[in-house]
Amino acid sequence: MKKIINDPNLVVQDMLEGFVYAHPNEVKVLPNTTVVVRKDAPVSNKVGLVSGGGSGHEPAHAGYVGAGMLDAAVAGEVFTSPTPDQVFEAIKAVDGGAGVLLIIKNYTGDVMNFEMAAELAEAEGINVQQVIVNDDVAVEDSSFTTGRRGIAGTVFVHKIAGAKASQGASLEEVKAVAEKTIANVRSIGMALTPCIVPAAGEPSFELNENEMEIGIGIHGEPGIERKAIATADEIATELTEKILDDMNLSSGEEVAVMINGLGSTPEMELYVVNKKVHEILKDKGINVYDTFVGEFMTSLEMAGCSVTLLKVDDELKELLDAESKAPAFRK
Amino acid sequence: MELQVADVIQWMEKSNDSIQANKDYLSSLDRAIGDGDHGINMARGFQEVVSKLTTSDYQTVSDVLKDVSMTLLSKVGGASGPLFGTAFLKMSTTVKGMEKVDANQLGEAFQEALNGIKLRGKANKGDKTLVDVWEPVVEFFKSSDSIDANALAEVAKQAMESTKELEARRGRAAYLKERSIGHLDPGSVSSYYIFTALSEVLQKGA
Ligand SMILES: Nc1ncnc2c1ncn2[C@@H]1O[C@H](COP(=O)(O)OP(=O)(O)O)[C@@H](O)[C@H]1O
Ligand SMILES: [Mg+2]
Repeated sequence: MKKIINDPNLVVQDMLEGFVYAHPNEVKVLPNTTVVVRKDAPVSNKVGLVSGGGSGHEPAHAGYVGAGMLDAAVAGEVFTSPTPDQVFEAIKAVDGGAGVLLIIKNYTGDVMNFEMAAELAEAEGINVQQVIVNDDVAVEDSSFTTGRRGIAGTVFVHKIAGAKASQGASLEEVKAVAEKTIANVRSIGMALTPCIVPAAGEPSFELNENEMEIGIGIHGEPGIERKAIATADEIATELTEKILDDMNLSSGEEVAVMINGLGSTPEMELYVVNKKVHEILKDKGINVYDTFVGEFMTSLEMAGCSVTLLKVDDELKELLDAESKAPAFRK
Repeated sequence: MELQVADVIQWMEKSNDSIQANKDYLSSLDRAIGDGDHGINMARGFQEVVSKLTTSDYQTVSDVLKDVSMTLLSKVGGASGPLFGTAFLKMSTTVKGMEKVDANQLGEAFQEALNGIKLRGKANKGDKTLVDVWEPVVEFFKSSDSIDANALAEVAKQAMESTKELEARRGRAAYLKERSIGHLDPGSVSSYYIFTALSEVLQKGA
């Protein structure tokens, strides 16, 4: 393992301190926690937005803290959900009297830890609601099992719910627009190489030189299929088709596109993928309202990318365009 | 059979010993059907549990179990943190105020722990989760008033091994569907270590 780290057990703390040094006017870390909050938290009478998850997905989730987006992000150990006490600290810190919305990615651990935190907060009289993001079409949508994972589409939920909360909407209204976003966003990823969790010191899976995996999760969870590597156009086509199969988009409708790098994919390659995705959408008469290319939800040093499509209407377009001061998503 | 404060502390120390010794093994099981962090999570949590228990004074078994629970909840994370944390919290409230517990009381505490795990994680027996070890252990405690330590270890072992044949329906392994068959469930293996540690403590005390 070759990494620029000190002690593998201190990576998260070290990173968070470095993050605050980089964005001192926007964010701060709550003392003795791994919670990053807006510097001016709590904002009175605004719904507080809390998200978070394991570390290793930078700029998620701390990069989305700032006016117009999240009020707090809770960082767990690398790829491990944060604990209820940390989430509880975040909730308390951002409650400005209008209630708090938790934006959770659909993983068993994240859901349970955030729910326990919500119970602790409710016991203290804080009004807490939650939404669960499950945009990954690589997994079967099912209520009998764990169900779909939350991946890069979560960033659109942060942005849109954040904008709604900034307008002074109520907790119910913010939750409703977050759920609308979740219902209209789909993603899928693919990987060329695995990644190494610092404390583990070895890759969580292996891919041969000529192999790729379609449908990989952001913690290296297995995907749909492992096969010989193909061209960018073929990869973009397969990912986009899998999303469209699940989405019900008709000609004339509008989408926002996100092409997300998983950690060590050159931007050049992301733009190559983006070109094909746009061509496919154009062919189908689907209009692209806005495009985001870059690293939004990574998986340490994994090489690969994900494609996300968000079907937008006037409300979602306005909220997507609204101002954001979050370091990793300025608008 | 009777467990006192010192026995419960010893139970946790022995659990920690097995978990530390098998940290890499547990993570490798999780690499096969999850994300490879189970050993790291459990080792971090149980190390803290032992540090906490050995630097505090306790009058009651319930207070020991409560500290175990709070430490696991705040240090483990992932899916296993809230599940083991909930289990020990339910056990603590079931034996509240007791300075020692007998086999029946321990059995009741395990029953409440299992209920808590199922409520939190929505898993049932057969879903290839730690419920597949906790449920047979609870049945075993219900089946008799006097607990045979060797038999307890055997029940836990068989239950742990039985997860190999199952297809996962809950937790991260569920993404693999039928490809999860043929692998042991990591959380069931760590649960097995915890019950084996208990069996060792009972053996000595009996
Ligand atoms: N819904 C659930 N109910 C009961 N046990 C579960 C559930 N989900 C996961 N588990 C247990 O948790 C273990 C995985 O723990 P761990 O790797 O620490 O967490 P994570 O899956 O978040 O990485 C599994 O092996 C399984 O025994
Ligand atoms: Mg795991």
